[in-house]
Amino acid sequence: MSGASPVSRWRGPARLVAKRTGLALVTLVLVSAVIFTISGLLPGDAAQEVLGQGATPEQFAALRHEMGLDRPAVVRYFEWLRGIAIGDPGQSLVANKPVADIISERLPNTLILAGLTTLFSVPIAFLVGIASAVTRGQATDRALNIMTLAMVALPEFLVATIAVLVFSVKLLWLPSITIVPQDPTLGEFLRAYAMPVMVLGVGVIAQLGRMIRAAIIAELDRPYVEMARLKGVSPRRLIFRHVLPNAVGPIVNSMALSLSYLFGGAIIVETIFSYPGLASLMVNAVTSRDMPLLQACAMVFCATYLLLVLIADTVAILANPRLRQG
Amino acid sequence: MSVAGIIRGARRLPLSGKIGLALVIFWIIVAVIGPFIAPYPPGSFANEEVFAGSSRQFWLGSDFLGRDVLSRLLSGARFTVGLSVVAVAIAASIGTGFALTAAVGPRWVDELLSRAMDTLISIPSKIFALVLVAAFGSSLVLLTLIIAITYVPGNFRIARSLAVGLARLDYVEVARARGEGRLHLALVEVLPNMIKPLFADIGLRFVFIVLLLSGLSFLGLGLQPPDADLGSLVRENTSGLAEGALAIIAPAVAIASLTVGVNLLIDAATQGKAH
Amino acid sequence: MEAQHVDVRNLCVTVRRPDGSDLRIVDEVSFTIARGEVLALIGESGSGKTTIALALMGYARSGAVISGDITVGDATLGGNGKASLAAQRGHRITYVAQSAAAAFNPSRRVIEQVIEPALIHGTATAAEARAHAVALFEALALPDPATIGSRYPHELSGGQLQRLMAAMALITRPDLVIFDEPTTALDVTTQVEVLQAFRKVVREQGATGVYVSHDLAVVAQMADQILVLNRGTVRERNAVRAVLETPADDYTKTLLAAARPVIKAAAPITAVGKPLLSIEGINAGYGPVDRNGRAAHPVLTDVSLQIGRGAAVGVIGESGSGKSTVARVVAGLLAPTAGTVSLDGQPLAASLKGRTREELRRIQIVFQNADVALNPAHSVGEILGRVLRFYHGTSGAALNSRVAELLDLIKLPAAIADRRCDELSGGQKQRVNLARALAAQPDVILCDEVTSALDTVVREAILELLAELRRDLGVAYLFISHDIATVKALCDEIVVLYKGTRVESGLRDTYAAPPFHPYTDLLISSVPELRTDWLSGVGSQGKVPFAHLPESADLCRFLPRCPVAIAGRCDVSLPPLRTMAAGNAVLCHRTEAELAGEFA
Repeated sequence: MSGASPVSRWRGPARLVAKRTGLALVTLVLVSAVIFTISGLLPGDAAQEVLGQGATPEQFAALRHEMGLDRPAVVRYFEWLRGIAIGDPGQSLVANKPVADIISERLPNTLILAGLTTLFSVPIAFLVGIASAVTRGQATDRALNIMTLAMVALPEFLVATIAVLVFSVKLLWLPSITIVPQDPTLGEFLRAYAMPVMVLGVGVIAQLGRMIRAAIIAELDRPYVEMARLKGVSPRRLIFRHVLPNAVGPIVNSMALSLSYLFGGAIIVETIFSYPGLASLMVNAVTSRDMPLLQACAMVFCATYLLLVLIADTVAILANPRLRQG
Repeated sequence: MSVAGIIRGARRLPLSGKIGLALVIFWIIVAVIGPFIAPYPPGSFANEEVFAGSSRQFWLGSDFLGRDVLSRLLSGARFTVGLSVVAVAIAASIGTGFALTAAVGPRWVDELLSRAMDTLISIPSKIFALVLVAAFGSSLVLLTLIIAITYVPGNFRIARSLAVGLARLDYVEVARARGEGRLHLALVEVLPNMIKPLFADIGLRFVFIVLLLSGLSFLGLGLQPPDADLGSLVRENTSGLAEGALAIIAPAVAIASLTVGVNLLIDAATQGKAH
Repeated sequence: MEAQHVDVRNLCVTVRRPDGSDLRIVDEVSFTIARGEVLALIGESGSGKTTIALALMGYARSGAVISGDITVGDATLGGNGKASLAAQRGHRITYVAQSAAAAFNPSRRVIEQVIEPALIHGTATAAEARAHAVALFEALALPDPATIGSRYPHELSGGQLQRLMAAMALITRPDLVIFDEPTTALDVTTQVEVLQAFRKVVREQGATGVYVSHDLAVVAQMADQILVLNRGTVRERNAVRAVLETPADDYTKTLLAAARPVIKAAAPITAVGKPLLSIEGINAGYGPVDRNGRAAHPVLTDVSLQIGRGAAVGVIGESGSGKSTVARVVAGLLAPTAGTVSLDGQPLAASLKGRTREELRRIQIVFQNADVALNPAHSVGEILGRVLRFYHGTSGAALNSRVAELLDLIKLPAAIADRRCDELSGGQKQRVNLARALAAQPDVILCDEVTSALDTVVREAILELLAELRRDLGVAYLFISHDIATVKALCDEIVVLYKGTRVESGLRDTYAAPPFHPYTDLLISSVPELRTDWLSGVGSQGKVPFAHLPESADLCRFLPRCPVAIAGRCDVSLPPLRTMAAGNAVLCHRTEAELAGEFA
């Protein structure tokens, strides 16, 4: 039980993580089936979309055949899935370019935006969450509670609108459109990203801060915390040595969750600031009904989300001695 | 709960809860009678000036075509509130119905439903909504259904964990041992004890739905003209942003006051019950 | 005379009710403890005993306010220029909590937690503290004292954790140690070992002690003085022997009487003719069932018992014995993997689906915890009415009058029918819980630990009610409990379960004197008695010859704990079922003569 060799000590968690990875892959395949089914159900199909209303039935049939749309749905699904797996999800109907090219052009931008937002908001969220948990029921907690409650409920476009009015229109500090120049200096880089990161951060800070507070409070109510207090443990040591190690699981899960929320926010924010990321690309794909592009974008988002959840699960397993040894 | 009980409960709310309640009541009233008290028809070009400021004639100024912002706001609020209420009702009925089925049904039903919902919940809700809109379009009815479906998995997850927890309790075991059928177990033994915690979840989900609907409309993928909800009003007036026009700020603030109000109310109401 | 070590004057603890008014949960309590003495705080739930103990550390649970004067050594509640109680926490005043399993931090190794007080209060270096901890582990009779600390809490048993927590409390060599119901969560056979270990170290340390408990017999072993508390006030304070032998206060007398229930209405009915309910060779468990018909987590192995019409059969066992599983199998909530349950000679279907409504009506189950056994969404009348409608089709005025009759039967006013269950007291809830079973007019009621969650005085009343109902209605009980005193008080026949096997069964009287199964003997001798010298008289377990063997389904389950196991017999094959001269059946390799000799 305790005197296990170093190798067998890691066998338990390794098996558990492998199991979760397998489960995530199965879920991803199921997700792909859902996305393919929904987007394949559209009334007119892609050929009609390309040709428009005036095409003759012969032209229509020829194009359908050329695009492979006359084959059974299951066959098309597996072909599409194979394409996704090998990194070639087909041809964009509108741009007439490989979807992979468009995505690889746009994806880094969204990742930079998401990464910067994470760097900006996670520390603040921890601060907010810990501060309100330790002052539970007191003025600080109540004030932070009302604040985050409001922040969660604000639509991104309101925050963005106000930010633009304040920083671009009135103060003229920041650009209202996010254009990152080639080889930017640090100043240019920060100026370009300041507003979208702030706007996205509002929701992430509020949501994550609330979840961190809830996770810590759930731990604070457990008997071992009272015991630690009765041992004379200082409040700081109580939070950092006793409570946080036990709250790691729920906190990393909240982080995965709120980062997925960030994707949703990115849809609005990228559009408002005309930022060439994956989320605004997806909105364009919806507007132009460019299904291959849309499907691929959706898959990228879902895969990223599942990956985040998987990482969170792994961290939670490693942080919990019971699971770690299971 | 009696009317007197509700009033007593409302009196006991902290200030933030009372503000929330006032905002919620305000928007319910606006949604119901808004169009009747609107000074102008929402589509009429009442003002020669576009993006006019506040005046006695046009309280909230005029929009990018010179229409009365207040009138458009009153009719937009009805779409936003009405559509969201219907969508949340559908989402909660389906989600909670599935949850009860999973809790009292055979194990394979639970596993099937949970698996399916886990899959759907792995698609971030806005992404899911975009895919659905791309596939089905966004007529009023379809949009409502799309938004409802988007939020079924979330409600299912909460409701299922509540229901499964309750279904394990001794009083349900006793009823099961008595020979009660599944319908009785679900509706008489389990459901009544889920309502209070579910109420909070439904409120939060309503907020998400309002935000999603407004977001879609803001992107031009939601309600289609001539219908306009609050999100559409923000979208159509984006050109007024540089001037800081009321036409863009007013609907955005309207949405925020509705969602913040609901959030404040739920937070205050659930905290009161925890004691 | 030396000044008292602990001096408490006019202690009050106040909490704020949800409606804003104040409630005194501890009211003007004063007492002293001499240095080196152990004072017991005795009382039922709501007596304020834990609140008082925590106040000695200057600690109040959230929202409570302490007032009055408390002095411990040179420390006082407010400090007033001198040391404050709060600053002594974990250093000179230490605490042993009720549930060590919950009070240890699950994500840190035990040794880190045990030596933490010494490190944060600077009483020792890490190396010294570790060495001291190992010495304490040894003194507390913990296995593998040198390495046990490197485990995580989930790898240790409840009894071990409780002793480790005592080591944590003693690591700073405190002046005052507070024990808060430290053995309440333990099985009775584990409790003995832990009590013995505690008493030894407390005496060796010479520390002053406060021992909080609801159990007079336990306190009698541990304390010098007893303070009897009721609803936050002091009822009586005296030396232990005086309290036990010549209690002055009426409440103390009630507590003493309830500690060893004797039921007036008890009238053993000898079973006549065919058994009413018969359980034959039941195997049951949880999880998927394999090809050989064994569950992934087997609980019961070959359990049989019979209940006559109007009889009361007790099933006794510790946690993990599978006693509740027996009830679930009989009720049809869990299908057994082998064996049958018959009612009046007719085999019942394994699961609920196959049983008729009439069969279901005749067997009713009552669960331990009335808080979760009654649906909080329904009124008492609705709960009882549903059963009447469901089984008897009663409705309208007849329904109301029948509900009133049932409430009268369980001695509750008829007006309670309109109340919701969360407005009732613990005892009232358990009565309603019983009434719901009675509403079906069953032949057998399965009582699963129905008195375990109750305070002693209320427990006695419920036992009395059960005995009366049996006498008046002729209903039979399968009465499941971990407490042999309760079972002996109510039942004609007793079955002892150990790890899912029936090790002994017999009439109540056969449990009065040996020969017993070795486990039965351990169980009976582990129940603390109301005299101060009981613990010293309990022989320590002595050598257990097969302690190193894992438990096995192919051998006697009790082998790893059995003090009288014989090599060549017990470690080779399954034990036979022997019938003793007194009529009790014992599952043991030892013969009657051997067992009588060993436990004489």
